[in-house]
Amino acid sequence: MSGGSDAVAPSSERSWPLWEVFVRGKRGLSHVHVGSLHAPDAELALRNARDVYTRRQEGVSLWVVRADDITASSPDEKDSFFDPAADKIYRHPTFYDVPEDVEYL
Amino acid sequence: MYGNDVIDPNEPLNAAETADYDAALADGQEAEHRPGDGGGFEALIAADQRIEPRDDMPEKYRQTLIRQIAQHAHSEIIGMQPEGNWITRAPSLRRKAILIAKVQDEAGHGLYLYSAAETLGIDRQELLERLHDGRQKYSSIFNYPTLTWADCGAIGWLVDGAAIMNQVPLCRCSYGPYARAMIRVCKEESFHQRQGFEILWNLMRGTEGQQAMAQDAANRWWWPALAMFGPPDTGEAAKGGHTEQSMAWGIKRFSNDDLRQKFVDMMVPQAEKLGIVLPDPELRWNEERGHYDFGEIDWDEFWQVLRGDGPCNAERIEHRRRAHDDGAWVREAANAYAAKQATRTKESAA
Repeated sequence: MSGGSDAVAPSSERSWPLWEVFVRGKRGLSHVHVGSLHAPDAELALRNARDVYTRRQEGVSLWVVRADDITASSPDEKDSFFDPAADKIYRHPTFYDVPEDVEYL
Repeated sequence: MYGNDVIDPNEPLNAAETADYDAALADGQEAEHRPGDGGGFEALIAADQRIEPRDDMPEKYRQTLIRQIAQHAHSEIIGMQPEGNWITRAPSLRRKAILIAKVQDEAGHGLYLYSAAETLGIDRQELLERLHDGRQKYSSIFNYPTLTWADCGAIGWLVDGAAIMNQVPLCRCSYGPYARAMIRVCKEESFHQRQGFEILWNLMRGTEGQQAMAQDAANRWWWPALAMFGPPDTGEAAKGGHTEQSMAWGIKRFSNDDLRQKFVDMMVPQAEKLGIVLPDPELRWNEERGHYDFGEIDWDEFWQVLRGDGPCNAERIEHRRRAHDDGAWVREAANAYAAKQATRTKESAA
């Protein structure tokens, strides 16, 4: 495991911190990651996110999260990390043999 | 007067409105379902899967992408200047509002692309410095001046049209963040190309002077637009360039020459519809090939402009640097405000 999201943290301190942007397209949908931007604080990050990512009414709600505050799983450990789920096929309904003539199953 | 009704909204005018774009979109959505997620970089590329930011990748792949995405981002923000030049002089409030929205889009496209480049481990500030001191390039098309209002039409129609032709295949680029940025860009560029076509459409149905202005703009932008696809890279010319490696890595999907041909084939009927004569006496339909033949591009001019000797190279970079320096106080003020707010929050918590 290592910290940081998709975007690698800036190499220098000259830049404003990086924020990851999430947009809810419309009521009933989850927030989805759309990209990132730089801003000095959360308030400006939100305003900039509106201007950069929702110029055509792409969203009804925005989240901005400091990239540094995201803890992400590592792609190198992907196999071992997600492996425990691979051999539990009984968690899927298709695992079960049932008679074909039973209704509503 | 502004007859939107005469331009059929269902008729595709650019590559983002064709089945090619839909296919590129579908490809991205299907990529995750293709088998082969188990292996490393080569296996993922072979399976036509997407590479994501923290995956292992060859250093040359990373550097190639940084160079290409940065150059693309730089082109977007330098590309704000030729048209920005006409915002104060747009012929109507409607045109002015459209032009502002378009130039704002270019800034947005630059930001999507810098954001994609940063996922490769490079800082945006570093990229801007490379642009400002000439270590990185932008598309040489933006080193030509916008002399009349019709140039805004010709840029939208031809330059954005060519850009979309180049960008639609990039929606299927092997590098995930770049591909996703291109999907957004192509969708928005489509309006840019249409508004350019409409400007020329109206001018060509105006006075003789307006028609001459539109024709003159098309004369000046046609050849530089064809050069935007880059030097020849098929046949003999395939040796030595970046095309072969970029294709093997799934960064590039079609050769420069193929995309240029598709663009010519798409633009000729549109020019006829507009009533504009494209400035190429050798342009004619080739029944055998099923494509339009066209004349030789002046590659000496292309290399000369790329090297820095175009009409506006110095002006573009000088303007970019000045805009950056003039904005320094805004960035400093925002920093000071953020620091003050952070201190207050800390104090009130204590």
